[in-house]
Amino acid sequence: MLTLHCPHCGTLAAETELTAGGEAHLKRFGPGSDDDSFEGYLFMRENPKGVHFERWRHSYGCGKWFIAARCTATLEVFGTYPAQSSAPPQHIRDAITARRPGWGWRDLA
Amino acid sequence: MSTRLATGGRLIDRARAVDFTFNGKTLRGFAGDTLASALLANDQMMIGRSFKYHRPRGVVASGAEEPNGLVNLGLGPAFEPNARVTTTALFGGLTAESQNHWPSLEFDIGAINSAFARFLPAGFYYKMFIHPRSFWKHIYEPFIRQSAGLGRAPKNRDADSYEHFHAHVDVLVVGGGIAGLQAALSAARTGAEVLLIEQTAHWGGRAAVDDPVIDGTPAAYWIKTTLQTLESMPNVRLRNHMMGAGLYDHGYALAHERLTDHAPATPGPRHRLWRIRAGRIITATGAIERPLSFAGNDVPGVLLASALRDYIVNYGVSAGDRTVVVTNNDDAYRTAIALVQAGLIVPAILDARPQADGPLVRQARDLGIRVEQGRGIAKVQGRRRVTGVAICAQAGEGAVLEEISCDAVAMSGGWSPVVHLWSHCGGKLIWDEEQAMFRPDATRPPLGADGQGFVQVVGAANGHLRTGAVLADAADAADAAVLADAADAAGGEAPVAQDAEETPMAPVWLMPQGASLKLRQKMWLDFQNDVKVSDVQLAAREGYESVEHAKRYTTLGMATDQGKLSNINGLAVLSSALNTPIPQVGTTTFRPPYTPISMGAIGGAARDALFQPLRRTPLQDWHEAHGATFEPVGQWRRPYAYPRAGESTHDAVIREVKNTRQAIGLLDASTLGKLIVKGPDAGRFLDMLYTNVMSSLPVGRCRYGLMCSDNGFLIDDGVVARLSDDTWLCHTTTGGADRIHAHMEDWLQCEWWEWQVYVANVTEQFAQIAVVGPKARALLEKLGGVDVSKAALPFMHWAEGTLAGIPARIFRISFSGELSYEVAVAAGQGRALWDRLVAEGAALGAMPYGTEALHVMRAEKGYIMIGDETDGTVIPQDLGLDWAISKKKADYLGKRAQERSHMADPERWTLVGLETVDGAVIPDGAYAVGDGVNANGQRVTIGRVTSTYYSPTLGRGIAMGLVLRGPQRMGEVIDIPRLDGSIIKARIVDPVVYDKAGERLDG
Repeated sequence: MLTLHCPHCGTLAAETELTAGGEAHLKRFGPGSDDDSFEGYLFMRENPKGVHFERWRHSYGCGKWFIAARCTATLEVFGTYPAQSSAPPQHIRDAITARRPGWGWRDLA
Repeated sequence: MSTRLATGGRLIDRARAVDFTFNGKTLRGFAGDTLASALLANDQMMIGRSFKYHRPRGVVASGAEEPNGLVNLGLGPAFEPNARVTTTALFGGLTAESQNHWPSLEFDIGAINSAFARFLPAGFYYKMFIHPRSFWKHIYEPFIRQSAGLGRAPKNRDADSYEHFHAHVDVLVVGGGIAGLQAALSAARTGAEVLLIEQTAHWGGRAAVDDPVIDGTPAAYWIKTTLQTLESMPNVRLRNHMMGAGLYDHGYALAHERLTDHAPATPGPRHRLWRIRAGRIITATGAIERPLSFAGNDVPGVLLASALRDYIVNYGVSAGDRTVVVTNNDDAYRTAIALVQAGLIVPAILDARPQADGPLVRQARDLGIRVEQGRGIAKVQGRRRVTGVAICAQAGEGAVLEEISCDAVAMSGGWSPVVHLWSHCGGKLIWDEEQAMFRPDATRPPLGADGQGFVQVVGAANGHLRTGAVLADAADAADAAVLADAADAAGGEAPVAQDAEETPMAPVWLMPQGASLKLRQKMWLDFQNDVKVSDVQLAAREGYESVEHAKRYTTLGMATDQGKLSNINGLAVLSSALNTPIPQVGTTTFRPPYTPISMGAIGGAARDALFQPLRRTPLQDWHEAHGATFEPVGQWRRPYAYPRAGESTHDAVIREVKNTRQAIGLLDASTLGKLIVKGPDAGRFLDMLYTNVMSSLPVGRCRYGLMCSDNGFLIDDGVVARLSDDTWLCHTTTGGADRIHAHMEDWLQCEWWEWQVYVANVTEQFAQIAVVGPKARALLEKLGGVDVSKAALPFMHWAEGTLAGIPARIFRISFSGELSYEVAVAAGQGRALWDRLVAEGAALGAMPYGTEALHVMRAEKGYIMIGDETDGTVIPQDLGLDWAISKKKADYLGKRAQERSHMADPERWTLVGLETVDGAVIPDGAYAVGDGVNANGQRVTIGRVTSTYYSPTLGRGIAMGLVLRGPQRMGEVIDIPRLDGSIIKARIVDPVVYDKAGERLDG
């Protein structure tokens, strides 16, 4: 049972308060996109052993979505930040680098 | 025989006798006894039959690790199978019966299995019951079921109550032995909030039995004073009868508190499941003594040496008059000494080690006990009870040197730290060669959210078996747990302890080490599941090299005791058979709970009315008072129909439909989802969410809309009303309000976060009543206050006003095809409006109708229902709803997906009406079949029925279904088989079978 810090309301939320929303930072492809791009957006997901970025909603708290950067193998949480971000902020990347030098995720490093 | 000694027993109160029954026999024990000690005191050594071979079995242990002593406990609503006698506190009137035998414990037909044990090795069932396949269901399965399972499943409803309890602490200490007490004390002295839990009724663990010297006083005194100190500290909570069941991610722990098992008359819940969040967790769970593998080690009367000592010291109960002690370590000598000091006879200590000469050995010798070194047991004599042992050289193959008569055997194969909790969430183990045990590897702990270890193991659980080391370890760990950098932390100095020096143990995995197959077939590893040394060796020979595979093949460690006694011995045997070192063979996975917890505790208070929240509309009381039958819709209970006296539910539905079509029906539509979408970008947002255009909807108007996921599938539908320039009210399906609200928030927060839109779910803020039927207008006019004429309030418009003195918003929308008004008022006014409608409507023939009449009427009109016509794989185009899909919009959720080749495939099943040729009603969920078979040899299906009802209006069965090329096949008759194979002929027709022209909408 994870606990994640909600960056919106500031509480440490237990997993029972949260709803998982899958991989973060997806780029939506709509009408006019080719089949490969659309397939990638809709279906293709990372499944890393290690650093991962996930969407979570504080459903039974403030109701806000946020993104958690965590390690899928050890469950270490590197940080959380609001979902209103198109890429992980620098301080989150730095926190990950401090703990997992040489990490990579999708096209991020 | 086993009996109560004249003196001794630190936990019993000899002044308070307690009567109980075992297998119908009334027996007497003392307050403070466990069921195990009380049975032993009554010479009831044999307590049950083993699982597979039905061998006689008695208690082996004295605590949670007991594999044999399982009984059916209690009667009727308090009945519980597989209760462990060693952890069941005795109380007056306790009723227990033994398990797994027929007709009786003493004489059991199943014991014949034991005679054929040679033919029932590991994997017997897999090999035997595979051919022929036709025997599986009617011959093998009944046979296997007959012999499966130990206790009986309860037949009655559980009369007890249970609850959950949440706790947040800085430090959780699991285990109330001296290590746990010291750790809790050290942690508490730093000011931390500490919760200390102990699974038994008593504090002090083994130290209370063996009584070493701590800080110059007897351990018993140290335990008492430490406990008093802890009790006086406001930041410490102590709980006994509470077992640490499991550790989970990020400092989450479950503990199982048994509140009334020892005192059944006590009011309140029986068990409490604690859900604990702890900053740090210290496990001080001690160690469990291992059995030795010698032939006949399962005969009643063979006990763990420490257990035998517990029974003497704690309960004043001896397992036998003459006890042979067999060991590979010094600790078992304590049992021999305790026996002699209690006036009992120890004919010999058989020490498998070639040499041993510590203080305990010398003390035993000084007491005149015969100590034989390099010796072991070749075989235990006796069947239902130990009658003697045959001695052999441990180094040999089992040639009998001497036979000694005795009625009990105390065995000790060394100690295994209880590392379960450490392992539950990822803590790793290392193999301690010297003590032949797995213990926690402090460098690889379970990791918390911060990437640091959050569990520390102390004392015997950490591999420290000596009192001084235990206490020092506990004090250090507590300091580290609270303040990582506190060199001289406030926790204080560890107490100093003295106990006897011990010479190192020697691992003994087989006794004698060269035992023949005949002997190995009588050496039990897992007592509860009847797994022997020979079975594990067979598994290894047959290729089960992984410990996890060998476990499943032999069932070693898979019984309710989860292999607490057997796992290490079993994997040592496997390691030797594979010629691979023990650490490389590794352990099986430790999984919570540590010992079984009750299903009741898991459920807690969540049963009956509290199983899930029940949502009530403002009119629920009226429905209940007027005989409604209910159906669950989401967390609501909606009236299904309102049967009158003498009327079946079906009759009521027919009446309600006819009355609504001919006069007036009243429907509680309050459960309909109501989402307010407001803001400068609200129109733009809704254009993305709905397949049609909502931004162009004029204020005062309503529009039906469809919502899809970005995968193209239809997820919800409903009527949208524009309330003002920047405000829309979106109606969702009853079950969909929360889901669609979340869907909107998801897109608003995570994709279009710059758009200025606010969404509020106001479902429960309004009561909504549908007034439906040709006389609906007349009724509203009777109530007065709002002009509801055709001109003032046309179809798909809404108006605001004061209806019958109540502020209301009236929507002219229809889900039945009739003239229909949906009136929304503040929730608190809902009942007043309803009462007025019922009262004023009586003269016009108004009656309430339920959800089934609603369904029938919508089906007659060909209106779809989310969840009937849709199932997550249906797109709006499948339902002929192209008219509700904008061709002009550049984008909406689902648009790109619906352009995929499969979505645009003309072969997709499409919605049509189905009219049965003979008027019959098609069964729910039926399929339409075509000619030929598919690649799997199954009949080809060409469609499926999505909604099917008896139509009172038409007097026949009506249905809708998704059919291959349906719209192009109008008039064609297709076959729909029933489950019994008979065929219903159905004609493909337009889904709208009633008032196709829509003439009734205006009344």
